Amino acid sequence: MEKTKTIIKMNNVRKSFDGKINVIENLSLDINEGEFVTLLGPSGCGKTTILRMIGGFDKPTEGEILLDGSDISMLAPNERPVNTVFQKYALFPHLNVYDNIAFGLKLKQLTKAEIDRKVSEVLELVDLEGFEKRSITTLSGGQQQRIAIARAVVNEPRVLLLDESLSALDYKMRKEMQLELKSMHKRLGITFIFVTHDQEEALTMSDKIVVLADGKVQQVGTPEEIYNEPANVFVADFIGESNIFNGVMTGKMKAAFAGTEFNCVDDYETGKKIEAVIRPEDVTVVKPGEGQLNGEVTSTDFKGTFYITFVQCGQYEMEVHCLENYRPGETVGLHVLPDNIHIIPYDTSINNFEGMIDGFVDGKGLFIVFRDFSMFVDAHRLYPDSSVSRGRLIGQDGEHIDYQGKKVMASFQPEDGDMSDDAKKGDIVGNIVSFYYIGDHYSYTIRTDNEIDYVVDDEDLWNYGDKVSVILPKKKMKYRLLEEQKQEVAD
Amino acid sequence: MKNFHLDRRQLSVPYLIYLVLFVVMPLLVVLYYGFTDDDGNISFTNFIVFFTNSKTMGTLVYSLAIAVIVTVICLLLAYPVAYILAKGKYARKHSFLMIFVLPMWINFTLRITALKEILTMLEGNLAYHPFLNTVICMVYDFLPFMIMPLFNALTKLDSSIIEAGYDLGATFPQVLKSIILPLTVPGIISGITMVFLPAMTNYVVLDMVYNSTYIMGSLIGSYFSSYDWNNGSIISAILLMFIGFFAIFTERILNRGEKEEQRI
Repeated sequence: MEKTKTIIKMNNVRKSFDGKINVIENLSLDINEGEFVTLLGPSGCGKTTILRMIGGFDKPTEGEILLDGSDISMLAPNERPVNTVFQKYALFPHLNVYDNIAFGLKLKQLTKAEIDRKVSEVLELVDLEGFEKRSITTLSGGQQQRIAIARAVVNEPRVLLLDESLSALDYKMRKEMQLELKSMHKRLGITFIFVTHDQEEALTMSDKIVVLADGKVQQVGTPEEIYNEPANVFVADFIGESNIFNGVMTGKMKAAFAGTEFNCVDDYETGKKIEAVIRPEDVTVVKPGEGQLNGEVTSTDFKGTFYITFVQCGQYEMEVHCLENYRPGETVGLHVLPDNIHIIPYDTSINNFEGMIDGFVDGKGLFIVFRDFSMFVDAHRLYPDSSVSRGRLIGQDGEHIDYQGKKVMASFQPEDGDMSDDAKKGDIVGNIVSFYYIGDHYSYTIRTDNEIDYVVDDEDLWNYGDKVSVILPKKKMKYRLLEEQKQEVAD
Repeated sequence: MKNFHLDRRQLSVPYLIYLVLFVVMPLLVVLYYGFTDDDGNISFTNFIVFFTNSKTMGTLVYSLAIAVIVTVICLLLAYPVAYILAKGKYARKHSFLMIFVLPMWINFTLRITALKEILTMLEGNLAYHPFLNTVICMVYDFLPFMIMPLFNALTKLDSSIIEAGYDLGATFPQVLKSIILPLTVPGIISGITMVFLPAMTNYVVLDMVYNSTYIMGSLIGSYFSSYDWNNGSIISAILLMFIGFFAIFTERILNRGEKEEQRI
């Protein structure tokens, strides 16, 4: 294999529109020369913004974008060796096919003969020989798509950007164009950066997939890596179907989840909280008692080449893709090979909230103000040795504790939080921005207007976008004082 | 029993009566007076006189000059405004557009009177610059009529088509020349139609700024007020022809533009 060279390098790029919420947060990304890279994520994840920043249509608020080692982040689109295939093609309706494709070449002041040659070459590439004189408006969607690609690649860009370029085509045409784009990529050897929300499209076409959510990179890898080794629950849930369970490591390469213990191939310290991901096609249905789990078939759904079978194992539900048709009510055993269990360490950064102490009231405790809420906390939780003297908080040696303005970190476990649709019941109010089914319950991420996420487990099914309030488990919440920068140490 | 039922032909009767009474008849009357002499005999004298009389030809040229200048200035002022309003990244573009259109809600004579006062303050005496004042007042009056169709045309223009131009290496002047302008021709044409024709005939503005030169509108008015119906009519008829030709011409261009839009 030839040596890979980085063609585009994004360093700590941040983008916000009108100084508001960050669409892209501190993004760093390397794209190698000649690769077919797909930016994959749900709508609103910032993938198109990244593409537009590489194309020059949006400028990063912070950070730099390097092309071949030189900073292009502030260059205008017409000064970059990069061309774009727009989502709705954006062909010039007043020009014919030839003039559309020749647009960029004419600006480079090539001779007529050269332009003619290049146009007919590129029309051959996209399989539309002899279309030069056709009016754009007489072309079908698929043909317009090809002309849009031809118009971009004829300029021999260093990087070709494709913005959801296949989404306007019907299913069959899209499948066809996926394969054609891939073969075009091979023939041209240009770096392709493709944006899509369609995970299947990404898996089919890409050399490398960048999974994005909330303006942050979730995982970068080959389609196989992304599918087989998802870096977190979001990726596991977004790419393909998955069964996700909360669990804990019980020994060397042993994990307990879904009510039983499994051997696995990932090694984490015993006692660590984990999430286990099992793909439906990796579960084998066996005779009851012969697998790790036993359960009852609840429903089956024929999908042409396989059956989607749901099996209820106690309180946990498992989705299985199998070739045989099992009747609902049938008792079966389920077996999963250790290799097919993917263990993801539990994300401990969630549900941590920074607040500040703002006063003390005898009998109620320390008053702590967080971004979304404020509460009284028993002073002993933060100052274990403290006591109250004449309504003031004193330490072990009777000195006054200087609590005012001190930073506090509070955290809670998702299973301890509660949700309600009554805004008055909860401590904070937000909208559900994502949720996953984890074996026997759902894990919801609720985002407040301050852009702070709360992760709460709940057994009921709520919907994406629902406005809910979260009841914080005040008794079970953990609090700790944040270390201050020790200025005294310096002198 | 057969239900009482109006078909299309019966329904069109009131409109037909209206058309005959208020459009066809007056037109025929104008044509009749235009091509007869004082005694009611058919004659082309009025027609020939119009094109040979230096006074009427002078008026035609003066009217055309005012109309062309006003239209060009309106277009040059309105295009950038419409472009910024339509393509700028402002959250409240329609409110900004409203500011430009708002004066139309105020009575026309009141607006011109106000502008007259401002001009008098600046120039001392309006009589010094009759032509300039006429142009200023007309531009002020007709500008919204130019902005609106341009704003609509530019709003409809897909921004990604403009971005595609930059993407392929064009600079702003190149994008403007080879993409934005050609694709907003229908808007430009309807803007011109909205401004050019009124500018050629609106003599109220001239009256108000004490511009004693005649334009087509005032010429027609003066003939009719002196009971010379024949000459007044022929000028009306000639003006109608001008407008007719212009309308046919713009119709063609607009149709072509619409066909292209439909096919996209």
